[in-house]
Amino acid sequence: MIAEAGHYALVLALALALIQSTVPMIGARLRDPVLMNVARSTALAQLLFVGLSFGALVLLHVISDFSVANVYENSHSLKPLIYKITGVWGNHEGSMLLWVSILALFGGLVALFGNNLPLSLRANALGVQGWVSTAFYLFILLTSNPFLRLVNPPLEGRDLNPVLQDPGLAIHPPMLYLGYVGFSISFSFAIAALIEGRIDAAWARWVRPWTLMAWMFLTLGIAMGSYWAYYELGWGGWWFWDPVENASLMPWLAGTALLHSAVVMEKRNALKVWTVLLAILTFSLSLLGTFLVRSGVLTSVHAFATDPTRGVFILLILCVFIGGSLSLYAWRASSLKQGGLFAPISREGALVLNNLLLTTACATVFIGTLYPLGLEVLTGERISVGAPFFNLTFAPLFVPLLLALPFGPLLAWKRGDIAGAAQRLYAAGIVALVSIAVLWAWVRGGSAFAPLAIGLAVFVIIGALTDIAERSMLFRMPLSIALRRARGLPRASWGTMFAHVGVGVALIGIVCETTWNTELISTLKPGDVAKVAGYELKLDDISQRQGPNFGEMLAHFTVSEGGKMIGVMTPSKRSFSTRAMSTTEAALMSRGVSQLYISLGDTAASGAIAVRIYHKPMVLLIWFGPLLMAFGGLLSLSDRRLRVGAPKPAKASRSLQPAE
Amino acid sequence: MGKFVHAVSVILCLALALAQPAFAVQPDEVMKDPAKEARARELSRELRCMVCQNQSIDDSEAPLARDLRLLVRERIAAGDSNTQVIDFLVSRYGEYVLLKPRFEGQTLLLWLLTPLALGGGAFGLWWQHRRRSRLATNDRDERGALTPEEEVRLQKLFASQASETPE
Repeated sequence: MIAEAGHYALVLALALALIQSTVPMIGARLRDPVLMNVARSTALAQLLFVGLSFGALVLLHVISDFSVANVYENSHSLKPLIYKITGVWGNHEGSMLLWVSILALFGGLVALFGNNLPLSLRANALGVQGWVSTAFYLFILLTSNPFLRLVNPPLEGRDLNPVLQDPGLAIHPPMLYLGYVGFSISFSFAIAALIEGRIDAAWARWVRPWTLMAWMFLTLGIAMGSYWAYYELGWGGWWFWDPVENASLMPWLAGTALLHSAVVMEKRNALKVWTVLLAILTFSLSLLGTFLVRSGVLTSVHAFATDPTRGVFILLILCVFIGGSLSLYAWRASSLKQGGLFAPISREGALVLNNLLLTTACATVFIGTLYPLGLEVLTGERISVGAPFFNLTFAPLFVPLLLALPFGPLLAWKRGDIAGAAQRLYAAGIVALVSIAVLWAWVRGGSAFAPLAIGLAVFVIIGALTDIAERSMLFRMPLSIALRRARGLPRASWGTMFAHVGVGVALIGIVCETTWNTELISTLKPGDVAKVAGYELKLDDISQRQGPNFGEMLAHFTVSEGGKMIGVMTPSKRSFSTRAMSTTEAALMSRGVSQLYISLGDTAASGAIAVRIYHKPMVLLIWFGPLLMAFGGLLSLSDRRLRVGAPKPAKASRSLQPAE
Repeated sequence: MGKFVHAVSVILCLALALAQPAFAVQPDEVMKDPAKEARARELSRELRCMVCQNQSIDDSEAPLARDLRLLVRERIAAGDSNTQVIDFLVSRYGEYVLLKPRFEGQTLLLWLLTPLALGGGAFGLWWQHRRRSRLATNDRDERGALTPEEEVRLQKLFASQASETPE
């Protein structure tokens, strides 16, 4: 019953989406407020029914109903409850259902909180949301139905892939999808603006909080995924330039650019046409990511060709939406009026430079990810594009970006004074140079570029702090006044500061980890001591343990520094009998922001065990950076100006709207 | 047949990759000379485990990756330079083994897109800026100058303003 109810609710959601994608848009054409208001109720009802459908699938997984194919293939009655729930989105069908649920959630939020939007804009935007959801409901119902029953229900399920039975997986995909799908709102608003042929600073003000929210979630989602890979995959890597990662990085880069260009549009009414294009591109890249991950085309072009139903369906959705929206853009963009002029050296100019570099970086990831696929399809030649390529092409783009970053907030709108900004950045520059000199003098080994890169990061951090210090007149006014001024600064300025500091912090982590990482590969017998980066790690013994749905071998290490014991570490290997697979559970010990990392290999007949021990200096900063960035986003989001939106003109225009 | 073999090898590798804990360079592979070992590791990071999904032989625990790691170390021990080792592997396994493709005909676009996008974007911005500021100047020239009637009106306004404010 539950499965059928879930299936039925999904079909009803499709029907509602069809209404939502047509009626309000016709209403907007006819200027009929009743028809336009249909968007609101259908969006909310859709959220209800998709929620029911998703709830049904969760319930089926929780009660282990193995008569449902999806539960049988991905669950096991002995699996802990948390993984029964997270297993819902640990597979293709369930994760697509999560995708549409989040889409409906965002549609519902716009319906709920979009009361200060002009009625026709809301109707058109929700109509576009309706198109997107229609396409994906059809995809699920026709090719990836999670509610299919099995004729002969088995007694036991086949369990979830053990690598995915981890708390990280509970958070990572929903975060990522909140980001991916959140960009659909900016997309829908952009298309609605193109349809209406009208766009202004108020549009940017409505779109910016949604973009900011999606960007925050995507930032956290990517960071979470990276940390998950770091501790779960067992070789201490945190970014692999894997196509799946690139698929999430591309919308992030485009979304970051969008966030910055929307600021220009809101404040100065400029860059309109470009902002609309970025909004379209960002969501298109999210769709592309969904295609790459969900179609199987990455495993190999041949795997895609042998079972193309799903892939071709998503490819079709991709072509219709990207092709359609870009054609609409080409057709209507010229009707959008260009806004204010600005000199190249100005806040706008700095943000344009930011956009140029970020979109180029995005294009680099795009070509690197898709070139091998394209080349193979066209010529049959197979090449590989991996980390060494991206390190060589992508990384250099960030040097000018980070050098320019502290200047941006210090320049005035319209026409800035670069000499003045440079003068205010003297302190930041001096601190950066001193840190480079100190690192060169003290640290042995590693690339000569590393101190330079850290100096750059220091420049970014101090530069971001300089902006806040300047605005609150710190050092120029008595401290109490400066503090009062600092409290009075808009939260968005603090948000900018935190986000920019986060960039610098992450860079320090990345450089330190890649440059001064120590690694020891060895075979140890109980009683042996390994020495890594000044720490002594003694393997005490090896024991066995039985978990709920796995057997586990644990190695106990005592860690001491300079003869003093500082803790124990117990890396382990789990073997899951149902799938005959095993996972390594690395042991981590944080020392400040650095970490010791142990992962286990195979056991030899002699009882010795292969181990890999790493000392990763400053590694935690890699993820603190994104946390700071997301926190900055949260601060900006809570800024009164964004929360309040532009209520007065909006309400006025709304009451005028029906009469237009 | 070739495709079939390829598909099978992909499945096998994935199965192996998932069935075993990730554990790439084995203790018994490590070379005695640390300098040579460092070179081997550096090269390993640029070579692809051909049956895996986007893993270098340094990261992969597939048996093929182990064979390749040993081969790289064998060549280094025999006194090959880095380029010679790479050339040897490409002659044996094709371009596919390189994670950083060489700059040649079929990878022209791949390598040149980044500089082209950057250069093209910068040129486009400059051009746009020039065009728009020229348009703005023309606008000012055409509309900015006052007609004789407007001049007269302006003078009158100034005059009345002056007489209204005697203080």
